Amino acid sequence: MNVNQQPHMASPYGQPQPGYQGYPQSGYGGQHVPGGYPAPYAPYNGPASAYQPGPPQGMRGPPTSGAPPVSAAQAYSQFGQGDIQNGPPPLGAPPQRSVFSQPFPTAAPPFSAPGPTQPPGPPLASQQTFPQAPPPSQPPFSSAPPQVPPASYGGPPPPVQASHPRAAPPTSQPAAFPGGPPPTSTPTQYTGPPMQQPPVSQPSSFHSGPPPPPTSAAGFPPQGGAPPRPPHPGIQGPPLASQGPPMSQANHVAPPQPGMLAGPPVPGMAGPPPQPGMQGYPPQQNGEYCRYSCCLSGSQASDIPPVQKTRHRIDPDAIPSPIQVIEDDKANKGSEPFVTGVRGQAPPLVTTNFHVKDQGNASPRFIRCTAYNIPCTSDMAKQSQVPLAAVIKPLATLPPDENSPYIVDHGESGPIRCNRCKAYMCPYMQFIEGGRRFQCGFCSCVTEVPPHYFQHLDHTGKRVDCYDRPELSLGSYEFLATVDYCKNNKIPQPPAFIFLIDVSYNAVKNGMVRIVCQELKTLLDYLPRENPDVQSNIRVGFATYNKVLHFYNVKASLAQPQMMVVSDVADMFVPLLDGFLVNVSESRVVIESLLDQIPDMFADTRETETVFGPVIQAGLEALKAADCAGKLFVFHTSLPIAEAPGKLKNREDKKLVGTDKEKSLFQPQVSFYANLAKECVAQGCCVDLFLFPNQYVDVATLGVVPTSTGGSVYKYTYFQAQSDQERFLNDLRKDIQKKVGFDAVMRVRTSTGIRATDFFGSFYMSNTTDVELAGLDCDKTVTVEFRHDDKLSEETGALMQCAVLYTSCSGQRRLRIHNMAVNCCAQLADLYRNCETDTIINFFAKYAYRCVLNNPTKNVRDSLVNQCAQILACYRKNCASPSSAGQLILPECMKLLPVYLNCVLKSDVLHPGADVSLDDRAYLRQLVSAMDVAESHVFFYPRLLPVHKLDVECDTLPVAIRDSEERLSKGGIYLLETGLNLFLWVGANAQQELLQNIFGTPAFGQIDSNMTSLPILDNPYSKRVREIVESFRAQRSRYMKLMVVKQEDKLELIFKHFLVEDKNNSGGASYVDFLCHMHKEIRQLLS
Amino acid sequence: MTTFPEFIQQNEDRDGVRFSWNVWPSSRLEATRMVVPVASLFTPLKERPDLPPIQYEPLLCSRATCRAVLNPLCQVDYRAKLWACNFCYQRNQFPPTYAGISEVNQPAELLPQFSTIEYVVQRGPQMPLNFLYVVDTCMEDEDLQALKESLQMSLSLLPPTALVGLITFGRMIQVHELGCEGISKSYVFRGTKDLSAKQLQEMLGLSKPTAAQANRGPQQPQVPPSNRFLQPVQKIDMNLTDLLGELQRDPWPVTQGKRPLRSLGVALSIAVGLLECTFPNTGARIMTFIGGPATQGPGMVVGDELKTPIRSWHDIEKDNAKFMKKATKHYEALANRAAANGHIIDIYACALDQTGLAEMKCCTNYTGGYMVMADSFNTSLFKQTFQRVFTKDVQGAFKMAFAGTLEIKTSREIKISGAIGPCISLNAKGPCVSENVRGHQEQQLCLIHLQAPLCIKLSTFYFFLQHNAPIPQGGRGAIQYVTQYQHSSGQRRIRVTTIARNWADAQTQIQNIAASFDQEASAILMARLAVYRAESEEGPDVLRWLDRQLIRLFMFHLRRSPFLQVFNNSPDESSYYRHHFMRQDLTQSLIMIQPILYAYSFNGPPEPVLLDSSSILPDRILLMDTFFQILIYHGETVAQWRKAGYQDMPEYENFRHLLQAPVDDAQEILHSRFPMPRYIDTEHGGSQARFLLSKVNPSQTHNNMYAWGQESGAPILTDDVSLQVFMDHLKKLAVSSAA
Repeated sequence: MNVNQQPHMASPYGQPQPGYQGYPQSGYGGQHVPGGYPAPYAPYNGPASAYQPGPPQGMRGPPTSGAPPVSAAQAYSQFGQGDIQNGPPPLGAPPQRSVFSQPFPTAAPPFSAPGPTQPPGPPLASQQTFPQAPPPSQPPFSSAPPQVPPASYGGPPPPVQASHPRAAPPTSQPAAFPGGPPPTSTPTQYTGPPMQQPPVSQPSSFHSGPPPPPTSAAGFPPQGGAPPRPPHPGIQGPPLASQGPPMSQANHVAPPQPGMLAGPPVPGMAGPPPQPGMQGYPPQQNGEYCRYSCCLSGSQASDIPPVQKTRHRIDPDAIPSPIQVIEDDKANKGSEPFVTGVRGQAPPLVTTNFHVKDQGNASPRFIRCTAYNIPCTSDMAKQSQVPLAAVIKPLATLPPDENSPYIVDHGESGPIRCNRCKAYMCPYMQFIEGGRRFQCGFCSCVTEVPPHYFQHLDHTGKRVDCYDRPELSLGSYEFLATVDYCKNNKIPQPPAFIFLIDVSYNAVKNGMVRIVCQELKTLLDYLPRENPDVQSNIRVGFATYNKVLHFYNVKASLAQPQMMVVSDVADMFVPLLDGFLVNVSESRVVIESLLDQIPDMFADTRETETVFGPVIQAGLEALKAADCAGKLFVFHTSLPIAEAPGKLKNREDKKLVGTDKEKSLFQPQVSFYANLAKECVAQGCCVDLFLFPNQYVDVATLGVVPTSTGGSVYKYTYFQAQSDQERFLNDLRKDIQKKVGFDAVMRVRTSTGIRATDFFGSFYMSNTTDVELAGLDCDKTVTVEFRHDDKLSEETGALMQCAVLYTSCSGQRRLRIHNMAVNCCAQLADLYRNCETDTIINFFAKYAYRCVLNNPTKNVRDSLVNQCAQILACYRKNCASPSSAGQLILPECMKLLPVYLNCVLKSDVLHPGADVSLDDRAYLRQLVSAMDVAESHVFFYPRLLPVHKLDVECDTLPVAIRDSEERLSKGGIYLLETGLNLFLWVGANAQQELLQNIFGTPAFGQIDSNMTSLPILDNPYSKRVREIVESFRAQRSRYMKLMVVKQEDKLELIFKHFLVEDKNNSGGASYVDFLCHMHKEIRQLLS
Repeated sequence: MTTFPEFIQQNEDRDGVRFSWNVWPSSRLEATRMVVPVASLFTPLKERPDLPPIQYEPLLCSRATCRAVLNPLCQVDYRAKLWACNFCYQRNQFPPTYAGISEVNQPAELLPQFSTIEYVVQRGPQMPLNFLYVVDTCMEDEDLQALKESLQMSLSLLPPTALVGLITFGRMIQVHELGCEGISKSYVFRGTKDLSAKQLQEMLGLSKPTAAQANRGPQQPQVPPSNRFLQPVQKIDMNLTDLLGELQRDPWPVTQGKRPLRSLGVALSIAVGLLECTFPNTGARIMTFIGGPATQGPGMVVGDELKTPIRSWHDIEKDNAKFMKKATKHYEALANRAAANGHIIDIYACALDQTGLAEMKCCTNYTGGYMVMADSFNTSLFKQTFQRVFTKDVQGAFKMAFAGTLEIKTSREIKISGAIGPCISLNAKGPCVSENVRGHQEQQLCLIHLQAPLCIKLSTFYFFLQHNAPIPQGGRGAIQYVTQYQHSSGQRRIRVTTIARNWADAQTQIQNIAASFDQEASAILMARLAVYRAESEEGPDVLRWLDRQLIRLFMFHLRRSPFLQVFNNSPDESSYYRHHFMRQDLTQSLIMIQPILYAYSFNGPPEPVLLDSSSILPDRILLMDTFFQILIYHGETVAQWRKAGYQDMPEYENFRHLLQAPVDDAQEILHSRFPMPRYIDTEHGGSQARFLLSKVNPSQTHNNMYAWGQESGAPILTDDVSLQVFMDHLKKLAVSSAA
């Protein structure tokens, strides 16, 4: 049934993108053939045909006959074909189906979802719904609602429940398991199913990775007649099938989800499930870890036809759900403030809204650690393989209800520091001898307290003024730095912003020049300042360039700006000093006149060549001449091929992808920029690069300077004023206005026993300890890895202090201190109990993204998988109670590690699709390296919000759903956010009322897929959706352009790329497959 | 026959030529014995308002090595329509245009009174004149303001079609693009890096005047080629005025104890390069205004540390001027490039300290540019001098010419051995050029193609007599000067002057030769020779050489003049004085060497008096003209009267007239002279009186104050010998010269 339905849908999808189809086909076809598909299919055909009528009528009925005829028709025809073919050779048709089969089914259920209106149904119903819901859903529309609830709420739970109820069946499965373990024969079989073993029977299918699911599907038919793969989808979608699937699920996934449940799911829902779960697995640490049995039934193979030897299908709902975890965390930790005083306590997840009370440790907004319990010895650390790292965002913006760090002034002698290790005064300093001395918590050295800082101790040994002084009671604060902390022992000049605008043909033509100039006129009023009342101290300068540079003299005394052309690009210099950097308020008239004239001046330019190196040099020279730090904003369009230092050639060669030479594509083409970056850092010159390329620009090389100077790269490929203006302008606004420090040096001190050994992010290091950042803004993150060089003690724990010396935007030199104390543990279990997967993933991603510079990407992927396997295997070995090897047991805190890791592995950088350009990869690579945990989280696991379930009345968001096509309902509308992109996916059968409310048109066909913003309509729904979109954008450092994706539209391919739980068309594994793979790896490690 | 002085005068008036000898000895040996060489002082563009330009082209001798121009000395066979070249004796056919020629119908060039004649070349496009201002911005605001005003004023003096350009410099060099609307645009270059013309061309985005453009020229002569940097005055008059108005002082901060960084060397180089690649061989002036020495980059004269003073003669002698050689080389190269393209470089240096004229002198000397030195741009000396550059003649044309070359043809018996003046050699070899320049080794100018003879009053040519066989008595030697130049109207013109002199045998006709001696011309010739040597040799050697050569009264003053004496003069001043000495006409040159002193008193009308300390009397007013200075000196008594205010009392009106008389005379001189002299009004005991005291013959010094008894002149405090002593010594030498 399902199958049939799917192909039906599939065809429309496939058609638009041959590529898409092609892929699955080849993959599938291969598999199926050998697999002896025919057999499994046959049974399907029957039901399918039966079903067919259903869907078309109920859901797509109208379309087929009406509007979408074309596609529909095709779909049909294909379908027909499929049918026909199905019988005999699965080759042609099947492939398509398989691919789409997933999406479809999911789509269907969501569709019904619109029903959210029937809230009551969901919770309790869910359990029932599962099995039953489908049937009701059948009835055209009304049925939809019931289904919906399950989908949305139940999304996670339902499966669980499903599984639970069927807990009984598990038994049957257990059987399967034991079967699995059975050494000799089974092992092979086991492994087989997950990944490679099966090859025997379905070799091709397996290798192709992603296909597995389908195969499983194939396998299923025999069992229940209900395709395994479709199960979920199937369940919801096809009513008839529904009954079947549940059963099958039960069977296969029987041993399911204790873990899932363990982590209290949605309160309402959770209730029931957890218990069962608990009961099921009580023996083990409660909720501490999760077990997942992979339904790999080698033994079962026996009962299934040869083909199906493969394995039993895993129920996606049965495996750990990120959404579940996120929701649980929200429920558990979102309500009360997070108090940082307790050592070794993991903070709420980044997705949770929480309030922080600083009681001696830095807020998680500043520092997040991978583990809050550090192994005492390096052996333990090595054994566990859990990376010890901290993700530090020194200038993070705090929510309005939290105080930004207090400023402490220790007077002329400067901040008080430990004599030996130079750690700054902090709550970990122990005052002794009545307060006359203090002992450093990091190195234990005793230092005299200077007389002016002396204070008596109370009976507990605390200073009396402890709570009056931020540096003694808080985790984060700032010191005013004295002249000794300044470059050349001179109080720094206020920093400067220099705008360097490409005015070559492309830049003028795509409208960039005009937009930038127009925008700067207003933007200059919003330069960063510390006190909103006074004017910004930041001076500004302007230059434009193509093959030569044009500087502008905008001195206040001039009637008109003056342009000075420097054509000696081989030997850059600044032609003027006095009128180049000016105070905005003084020179406003001249500046405005300049910005008005620039676009006109170059309107007829024919110059297409540009330079790039000299542009940065020019800015650098200007800052040097003015003896200040600052930031360059470079607006650039094309590969700099004009004769000049830093000239580049086009080296884009897709053939290198996947080879050992691929790494060279991530490396800069010439060493010029690295040297230039070094000079920039020395001067405190931060570079922000805005790219507007029409073709290859070699981001890998152009990005060197920005990424080494603490700057950012923004890329707007095929920039068009009309559609991209908003995104660009918002980015620009944010970039200019955001809080920023200059000429920064960051140093992380730790207590003896561990040491910061490696750093990731956008910065430059001239030695092994100091992170130098020419510019440091509130979004920049530095990830620091720690290694043991001695033992740690459980009593003292481990301390770290991150000190950032920087020049504020007003020109004040300051030190920002973040302190962090974590526990040390002698038991591995403690480590696993207090770690944070999001942070680990952040670290892994950065680590891997750096490795691709020097290693083939495949090796990088393999080693990532390997390390994760080791982490999990170590847990299994040391912390989990013994159980059958067929069970996958994950630590509670890391149960999402596999899914997230898979996302990292599938990311464009590590596993590019054919359509991903080198520039994109280099861009993402650089981007991720400076991301904080929240950004990396959503980047790798996008947030998918069912908009149609929105409750207009209340301001909570509907619960997100998992990133899988199966979970999309044809009748739904979803908002997907990746931190860089925002998609609004509209199901083909979305309610007319909904469409009317959001888009102002009731017809699906009339929605303009080119729109970049939603129409402003006066209805609560529209308002709310727009609010959500805005709030999403506000949360991210970069503006996300909204793309409206209509189901079956061309754009959908892009959208699907972000459905990370599915396998993707470039060969990335689906979640389920990857989990199996991990399991296999783990078992290999264990055996 | 007229007397020789009359003949000489007449010659000078007509042709602008004076010879040291007006009858030439007929053998080399004799010529050598005569000590003063046969040489001419020639003013190529002597103003001749009476001379109508001829609207056709000169007729050239057909011999390839000769190419002399048809002149009144040629023998013409009217019947055969042939003419014989009087230099090479080649017989040439008249072209068809001369078909109507006959004894009674002679073309102008054959008329004896047209020994100097000017042709207007009709071929080729009329090229515009170019004026490129190169302006230093490192100066006090007051100076800069004055300069800006002068420059703005000058725009109104330029012909509307002339092209102007502007380059400003300080630490950086800015080449201003003209005629842009709104934002003013300039190309900036750093001052430490010299650029070749080709690099410059690329960086400025210039293309050479293409063939297409050149072809188009003739058809549309009214559209002169221009580019973004050089535009017709009429078009960008307002724009440039604004641009100049907005000129700021160099914006780069100058720390205490430092000189501003001034990239003069590169600025000039860019100016030369710009014209080189846009208007080669077209008349152009690079007018350079500097307020101080070059302090960075190629051509730097002194470092930017104020504590190291700019080089002095002392340093130069001690070889302590570490930038000098390099700088000189830089400027010499520039001068050569400019000259080769027919471009003129002017330097207007206004600063209290030296500005490096000594290094840059070749720029003006080679290209025929002006060199003006003053204390400030805010002085009338500069302002009026600058204004006078644009003086126009009665026809409304500039009294300057551009891109000139001077070619000299000689009879076979005589060859050119060199030239001194604002010119450089084109290094052409020819039959007229002596191959061995014996006697004047210092002059390696083998051929004298004169560059840019614009304000040249006089250049000196030395001729070398080369007689292989005695010359037939009564024969005449001829010399033809052919000057091609671009007239300020844009026309190309050719001026031809043909001169002939008699030969005489020194043995038999020594009186003739002696009578033809032109004392004044000879004096100047020798003086120039001496100065020329002084430029290349050390001072004392030159004096010794001069002493050996010949000594006359006037040599006494020459020895004391700033042209040879460097004591008390900076290298810049020396260069400046020499520059002008080399190019002024005879009378002016004489004044330079032996200043003129007039005395005004109640005793009678103004009279010239001896340049002697004895002339300084208390009841006299003296007016001294040294060419560079006009000085009015009030004697002690007169000064007291003046102080007492007698001139304001009606009963002493005559005193007022007395006071006024020298002032009026001075004004007259001031108005006519270029460059404008420094005007000094002083009195007995005044500090400025030193200028007078240093010039007069110190017949009375503190050593012999009372020896001269009754007549009480003013004693001069000096150890220099007086003329009397000098003459005594001289007589002794002359008598014993046999030894």
